[in-house]
Amino acid sequence: MFSGFPLFPDQASTMAGEVDALYFFLIAITLFFSVLIAGLIVYFAIRYRRRSEVELPEPITGSTKLEALWTVIPFLIVMIIFGWGAKIFFTLSRPPSDAMPIYVTGKQWMWKLQHLEGQREINELHIPVGRAVKLVMSSEDVIHSFYVPAFRVKADVLPGRYTHLWFKATQPGEYHLFCAEYCGTKHSGMIGKVVVMEPADFQAWLSGGPPAESMTARGQRLFQSLACHTCHKSDGTGRGPVLNGVFGKPVALQTGQTAIADDNYLRESILNPGAKVVAGYQPVMPVFQGLINEDALSQILAYLKSLAPQPAVQPGATAVQPAVPPATTQQRRNP
Amino acid sequence: MSIFVAPSIPVETQEHYLNNDYGIRSWLLTRDHKRIALLYLASITLFFFLGGFFAVLIRLELLTPQGDMVQAETYNKLFTMHGVIMIFFFLIPSIPATLGNFLVPLMVGAKDLAFPRINLLSWYIYVVGGLFTLGAVLVGGVDTGWTFYTPYSTTYSNGYVIATGVGAFITGFSSILTGLNFIVTIHKMRAPGLTWFRLPLFIWAQYAASIIMILGTPVIAITLVLLALERAFHIGIFDPAFGGDPVLFQHLFWFYSHPAVYIMVLPGMGVISELISCFARKYIFGYHFVAFSSLGIAVLGFLVWGHHLFVSGQSVYAGLIFSILSFLVAIPSAIKVFNWTATLYKGSISYQSPMLYAFGFVGLFTIGGLTGLFLASIGLDVHVHDTYFVVAHFHYIMVGGTLMAYLGGMHFWWPKMTGRMFPEGWAKFSALVVFVGFNLTFLPQFILGYLGMPRRYHAYPEEFQVLNVMSSAGASILGVGYVIPMIYFIWSLKYGALASPNPWGATGLEWRTPSPPPPENFKEIPVVNEGPYEYSIREIKVV
Repeated sequence: MFSGFPLFPDQASTMAGEVDALYFFLIAITLFFSVLIAGLIVYFAIRYRRRSEVELPEPITGSTKLEALWTVIPFLIVMIIFGWGAKIFFTLSRPPSDAMPIYVTGKQWMWKLQHLEGQREINELHIPVGRAVKLVMSSEDVIHSFYVPAFRVKADVLPGRYTHLWFKATQPGEYHLFCAEYCGTKHSGMIGKVVVMEPADFQAWLSGGPPAESMTARGQRLFQSLACHTCHKSDGTGRGPVLNGVFGKPVALQTGQTAIADDNYLRESILNPGAKVVAGYQPVMPVFQGLINEDALSQILAYLKSLAPQPAVQPGATAVQPAVPPATTQQRRNP
Repeated sequence: MSIFVAPSIPVETQEHYLNNDYGIRSWLLTRDHKRIALLYLASITLFFFLGGFFAVLIRLELLTPQGDMVQAETYNKLFTMHGVIMIFFFLIPSIPATLGNFLVPLMVGAKDLAFPRINLLSWYIYVVGGLFTLGAVLVGGVDTGWTFYTPYSTTYSNGYVIATGVGAFITGFSSILTGLNFIVTIHKMRAPGLTWFRLPLFIWAQYAASIIMILGTPVIAITLVLLALERAFHIGIFDPAFGGDPVLFQHLFWFYSHPAVYIMVLPGMGVISELISCFARKYIFGYHFVAFSSLGIAVLGFLVWGHHLFVSGQSVYAGLIFSILSFLVAIPSAIKVFNWTATLYKGSISYQSPMLYAFGFVGLFTIGGLTGLFLASIGLDVHVHDTYFVVAHFHYIMVGGTLMAYLGGMHFWWPKMTGRMFPEGWAKFSALVVFVGFNLTFLPQFILGYLGMPRRYHAYPEEFQVLNVMSSAGASILGVGYVIPMIYFIWSLKYGALASPNPWGATGLEWRTPSPPPPENFKEIPVVNEGPYEYSIREIKVV
């Protein structure tokens, strides 16, 4: 797999076949028009070669019909390609809801990965075959890009915010992992491999090695040690909003706007809490920018996501109201 | 053909722009657009071979997967300097500043550009910017890539980012001044009877490119200033550590740098229209469509920058809009290719060296344009973004397209510029060598890109080696193809046969005046009473 003289990459994800189908269609289009143009040029160049220095060619200046033809036909073709590419892109940007989250941190020049169960890896990612995996990625320094050619997926990894990438592997094996965005001196050394395993092997791998504390548990410890729990109480009596079940829900803000409590909202609300204050609360939370590293931040996020909604809380007692009228909702969704 | 026959009139005895004055002062203080064109020609040729030298080192390094010839940091500086020099100091000025400077006044029947002093100023600005960048190279270089992406460039790079940025910033003003000069000249200084639709398509193309130069270049200037301020003072606009947005830089950078591709390729398209009509002896097919497609490209070209950010975390819907707009910009390019092909129909086609370059351009530009569809297609771009597929694509456009057109144009107008003919056999040979070498260099890179080899990799997995060796082998052939014309052009200055006023039998006002033209271009201002390519109406004699 890592040797020889390949001309075509492995197909190892559910997306690979779809992307390749469009690729082959485009190759066909390219070949057709290249051969058409080259063929016409060669044919005309021979058929109408200059036979005498005094010949006067026919005065042909153009044809509106032909112009319309070679405007409309290419237009229709590119619209087909656009639609096809857009369809693939929609699939690429909508992870399935049951996707298994894995947290990725890029830094010069390595990939750090954390599984929810607690396993941490560097420059290697073990995943099970046949299960959708969603990467939640951020960078500690410059822009990187997480790229697995065999899966036909790639997304930039940015400092200061989360980006996402999902895939479902279809073939067990080992595949290249590249950093695709130039990131400095050892950019070409920021590589690794994705190891796709049979589900049973993956379970064995997960439970092998030294026992690891889960991300949720680590996040809970951080939540306690950073004293978050003193204000964010689960019964709604704290100075901060209840965080149980908040992930993915709309949140009413002081400004009257609404935000979706996604990864980037939670990230911002931890690092720079004054940016979007929840309606009904004072902006009293301290700034954590520079105090929490990316790994710890993702552990806190994993913990917050794990908090189930508290049914014991009286409805209306908290500011976190899932039921915001859709008409006034101004949502900003991240891909 | 009369090309190899020395004309009966000894041209050297006539006064022309090369012999009306001598000495270094007469060049450095000239206001003659023709001399300024030659100043530019010498400068950009130096930069071309410097940028080419870096390319040679890059291809040598990539012969082996290990990254063992130069260190990683050196390699990163090599591709950065290759890009900076080739784009800012060769491709962008190439056709406008040399052929455009020489030809725009001649083609519109004017004595000079509208602002001759500004024209000279633009060359000095170019030289100062170039020296700044060369200085940055000599003291240690820069390793950010020509794209200067933040926050690497603002916070992490150890190279001379600001000095290089200042060099590009300064040079931008030479581009703005050239564009301004062209627009005013084309509007106000056309000869009597030379209406807009009697203008050669080269002029239309220069006009469209000038619009982009004037509207786009200030944006890159501002962006480079912000970059320098962020790097020096951490003003917090691009660096997230200070509350900035690194992706904002990409938006600003590509708002200029994508249209810049059209600054490079539109003038090339203009050259090709001239060459094909001349050597097919035909009126260009669909003149109006070719002319307006240049403007269409100039306008639409400003609306597609976001396709460089398909995987940068830009919103899904922004991505889709930039995708559809990128497809639309393909249409005017397709229209041009079809019209050039149709121009050949029932023509009287000769295979002289400029025409061979034009054929090469159409072939390579077609492949470059069609592979652009792969990248505009957002779902497919995700896979090939930042891989060698992109590298191959833009080299097909910018080298296969612009450089082929530039060389074709240089061959076509060389007799006019210097009064000398070059050896036609060698010229045909070099056109062939460039075409073969180019394809051998860059076709394998499409395959490498789809396999997943990222660009800007100093070392790479072993299975990519065979294709990389093919590419490096092709590059060596390509290099030979570029050196040959350099040699015979210089040779021709002394030993070439004297050129007649119109050695190709072309229409166009520039061919109605001696080669080389007199300082004031025309003994008397020409009057135009027909369209630009009337090859079918009367015989255009080779004189």
